[in-house]
Amino acid sequence: MKTKKELTCIGCPMGCLVSVELEDGAIGEISGNSCPHGKEYAEKELTYPERTLTSTIPVDGGEIRMVPVKTALDIPKDKIFEAMAQVRKMRLTAPIEAGNTVIKNIAGTGIDIIATRTVNVGVWI
Amino acid sequence: MKEKEDYFMLNKELVIIGAGPAGLAAAVRAHEKGVSDILILERDDAPGGILNQCIHNGFGLHTFKEELTGPEYAGRFIDKVRELGIEIKLNTMVLDISRDKLITAVNPDDGILEIRAGAVILAMGCRERPRGALNIPGSRCAGIFTAGTAQRLVNIDGYMPGKEVVILGSGDIGLIMARRMTLEGAKVKAVVELMPYSTGLKRNIVQCLDDYGIPLLLSHTITKIGGKKRLESVTISEVDESRRPIAGTEQTIDCDTLLLSVGLLPENELSRICGVELSPVTGGAIVNESLQTSVPGVFACGNVLHVHDLVDNVSAESYLAGETAAAFLRGESSGREILIKTSGGVRYTVPAYVSPSHVTQPLEVRFRVGEVYKNSFVSVYFDGQRETHLKKRILTPGEMEQVLLRPAHFKKHSDCKEISIRVEAD
Repeated sequence: MKTKKELTCIGCPMGCLVSVELEDGAIGEISGNSCPHGKEYAEKELTYPERTLTSTIPVDGGEIRMVPVKTALDIPKDKIFEAMAQVRKMRLTAPIEAGNTVIKNIAGTGIDIIATRTVNVGVWI
Repeated sequence: MKEKEDYFMLNKELVIIGAGPAGLAAAVRAHEKGVSDILILERDDAPGGILNQCIHNGFGLHTFKEELTGPEYAGRFIDKVRELGIEIKLNTMVLDISRDKLITAVNPDDGILEIRAGAVILAMGCRERPRGALNIPGSRCAGIFTAGTAQRLVNIDGYMPGKEVVILGSGDIGLIMARRMTLEGAKVKAVVELMPYSTGLKRNIVQCLDDYGIPLLLSHTITKIGGKKRLESVTISEVDESRRPIAGTEQTIDCDTLLLSVGLLPENELSRICGVELSPVTGGAIVNESLQTSVPGVFACGNVLHVHDLVDNVSAESYLAGETAAAFLRGESSGREILIKTSGGVRYTVPAYVSPSHVTQPLEVRFRVGEVYKNSFVSVYFDGQRETHLKKRILTPGEMEQVLLRPAHFKKHSDCKEISIRVEAD
């Protein structure tokens, strides 16, 4: 059976409406994308959807209270809440360098959580 | 004790107001163009501006060809500014800018400062429309925040403003906060949008709402606030085509928190004090192709000029301001020769004026449309002759558009009197 599925690509702010033809669940022709990322996104979204997760973790002894963090690479969409549960239990101590790994192998995905801002030792007001 | 003059008076070639993405990019480019005596004034205790609280990813695809979070994007520019040795005064509030570019500011280290600037770049960013701008009936209970305030509470201060959330307005910050609050354990019950379309980016609807099953109610608004001390509920109603609530469509949603994501306004108090002519459409300065305001030597870029969707565009615009401010300091002047006329759905353009002799490379003219247009064209006319005719699958007020005016256009129409940009059906 042939069906058609429409997806909004999240690869960039253009948000292309990508049409995917499905034949008995198998991915057929992909159209509507303006660049190769759209095709890649559509294929991944229908088979193994992934997202970047970003959050914050409290810091002790730093010039700011919270350090922003992200997954170094995308993680499976269905692991997001498990990953968040782990992130929310964390507490870190300054100094932290942007790019430092702060949690290894989040939610068993093999992907690390890294800091996205440098936090020097200091006192926040 | 220092001499009084040393204390109070500084002379700087270029002063930039604001160390957010606009101010930082303008500083970097001005420095690259030979201006070394630069001072950035920032009222917060760290550079980076609003990017510091925008911890989500999606920034920098255009500027750096990779996807960064807000703090990472800001970090690249902060590192560059430090590397170039450009001075930033933090915790410094600018109080006044005179027409002859005398700036008065105050901070805890210097007290009152006066700075005489050769050129000024305004890069103060924008602010959110607050509840007071909306006329929502009901008590002034706790639990009503702008989306950006909630973002600051969660991402910078580490506090959750509530547990059960309704969001009014589908601007990008509201959508981003719908996801953020959900990840932190809150229940986001609905995003309510007055217009029949979202004002946020399509990809944010997908990755912030659809991913988490958060309903987006278009053509709906809030008609009642329930609760006295703390918010207890909101009543929402469907609206008709003229955006009036339809009686009988009311439904009440229990919640302890309401976030407002209902638009941004350029922050131009200082520009007004300086005598800069402002556009009633954008709320920002009216500028020429050099991003110079009506006051010679005073330039504007970023969200203080007009509200952007993407920081990448802010950086690009601010590079231009840095470059043209450097040219001004070298003695090059720019005026207001040709007005870009807008009609047929184009609400405004930045720049609003062009001097053909200054267009030595393709000039990006950015604009927004007033309503949704499908399968239409963006056209540019030089003295009534159409030179550009771009097919657009969709144009929406929520997404900024741009067209290029090329040096070749001005060469062809060497005596051009009028440029006009409009949306056409065919």
